[in-house]
Amino acid sequence: MADAKVIPFDEGERRSRRSSAEAAGGAGEGVDQGSGPGPGESALERGLAFLRRRLAGEYEVDDFGFDRELTDEVLMPLLRPVFERYFRVDVRGIEHVPAEGGALIVANHSGTLPWDGLMTQVAVRERHPAGRRLRLLAADLVFQLPVVNELARKAGHTLACAEDAQELLERGELVGVMPEGFKGIGKPFSERYKLQRFGRGGFVATALRARVPIVPCSIVGAEEIHPMVGNARTVARLLGLPYFPLTPTFPWLGPLGAVPLPTKWTIEFGEPIETGDRPPEAAEDPMLMFQLTDQVRETIQHTLYKLLVGRRSVFF
Amino acid sequence: MGRTVLVTGAGDALGSRLLTRLRRDPGVGRLIAVDRRPPLRRLPGVEFLSTDVRRPTLVAVLAERAVETVVHLDVRDAPPVPGESRSAVKENNVLGTMQLLGACQKVPGLRRLVVRSSTQVYGSPAREPALFGEDSPPRAAAGGGFARDVAEVEGYVRGFARRRPEVAVTVLRFAHLLGPGSDSRMAAYFRLPVLPTVFGYDPRLQLVHEDDALEVLAWAVREPGPGGGVYNVAGDGVLTLSQAARRLGRPTVPVLSPLTPWLGSALRALGISGLSAEQFRSLLDGRVARTRLLRETMGGPLPHTTAETFADFAAVHGGGPLAPERLSRVVGRFEEVVRRG
Repeated sequence: MADAKVIPFDEGERRSRRSSAEAAGGAGEGVDQGSGPGPGESALERGLAFLRRRLAGEYEVDDFGFDRELTDEVLMPLLRPVFERYFRVDVRGIEHVPAEGGALIVANHSGTLPWDGLMTQVAVRERHPAGRRLRLLAADLVFQLPVVNELARKAGHTLACAEDAQELLERGELVGVMPEGFKGIGKPFSERYKLQRFGRGGFVATALRARVPIVPCSIVGAEEIHPMVGNARTVARLLGLPYFPLTPTFPWLGPLGAVPLPTKWTIEFGEPIETGDRPPEAAEDPMLMFQLTDQVRETIQHTLYKLLVGRRSVFF
Repeated sequence: MGRTVLVTGAGDALGSRLLTRLRRDPGVGRLIAVDRRPPLRRLPGVEFLSTDVRRPTLVAVLAERAVETVVHLDVRDAPPVPGESRSAVKENNVLGTMQLLGACQKVPGLRRLVVRSSTQVYGSPAREPALFGEDSPPRAAAGGGFARDVAEVEGYVRGFARRRPEVAVTVLRFAHLLGPGSDSRMAAYFRLPVLPTVFGYDPRLQLVHEDDALEVLAWAVREPGPGGGVYNVAGDGVLTLSQAARRLGRPTVPVLSPLTPWLGSALRALGISGLSAEQFRSLLDGRVARTRLLRETMGGPLPHTTAETFADFAAVHGGGPLAPERLSRVVGRFEEVVRRG
């Protein structure tokens, strides 16, 4: 047993070193391409120029409400320390995310609060050589809550529906979807890393119609950030929420209990499943839909098991 | 001799501008304007009928003058006469359209019908896609207010199109109209010294310049114009409300959303009229419509984008207490202080 533990230990070490080397390279390229400052400009000047543009309203927002500047200058710098230091996310297989054009990233969903989506967004932006921006599809609840809806739109998220997904994919955007939805994010701790049903597989039809590849993505670590040991259904119904989590710390410690546990994360992108060679009418074939949905689901599930076997501990 | 064109709701600024525009059109012979109110200004060569579209006299007018084209602009989001009640506006919008269509059905010579509608027909609940295409089902029926009027009006227009398939029926769903001299509701809102907003919501706004709206209307009236259909009409791009307020230099006051029903009366108490709670809600509901169809049919995007439309408006009505230039000077002074210190 001891031997079995030693091997993944080393492997994990090597992997994380390689990925941090990749990260350094990726970040360097990101700066080169950056739209922002010349080399001589100081942080102060940059900050003030940003402030001026914000105060004057001189920035662009796309049709979905995505505010690139705000995301790059404010939201990403806030999320980056969480990504690098708190969850210490190890990103693997980022080369499977295409450098340009539309693609649909399909990931597992867990953790009670959607930290996994945000971390995937940071992973793609920070670690991808092209610094791509992930447009996440979110539940309608997100767009009903005040403040949250505003931030979600500005961060580039939109409602999880076929129309929006297809529009974004056709515009050549990278779209992220978590087909398990509330079933995945709100599942009890005892069912961790067991993929739930993948909706009706609508995401496959959307990818087929837009003729973009599907990139399976497996996230390990998010399951343990808020171990949900119970679900107060009555409270949830009263508040109009899909679930009301009871964790060892929430709601007993109040807002402090909502702080996620500092688990060690791995996000692995798998090999893309091409859809471009299929005929356009393939999107109308239910058998093919089910088959592709299962293929994606199995890929993610297997990768999750593989990553779990290789994991040293939940926190390191 | 060109065709005879009848324009309803021609009494307001947009209507009289359309009449002026159509008068120059060689394809248009006789112009008849219909409105409940006397016109803002009399135009030479335009026959003005101060009548209600709800009166049965309209059938006689349509038949006697052998009207070939009807432009129905009398679908309004705000009362044309200040102080008119919401139910009167609704009656005019919905019953007025019904009567007009009923009259149109009795006129065999009618060839073309153009109806003004609004992108508000799509509603804007959070459970809807971010972009609406012309084929998106109208969802406003659950809402109420003007959005519902428009949904009902469009329902009657669809019925008319079925009964009279030889008439080219064009429905133009306009985004919020804005222009330098605009008297639209959006313009009234942005002329407020302080802009009330709903706390925690920053709607995406899509605007259409009034000049462009006129061009689109004139295009729809032209023969041989579009073969009918439904078109979203909006400038390219979007602005968020907060962004628009900053470009205008007006401070915003977030109002908690449960309090918005009382906002209208609160403002009236402060001496600011013309912004009811319902109008406020619908102004602050962001919605973005796809304009691909119009672009393809008209052969290009509208001359003004949403941002340019707003800039045109801000050039006249901008310069609030938080004007961008003033703020920029403040930032500059701050920079000096930091550098010296």
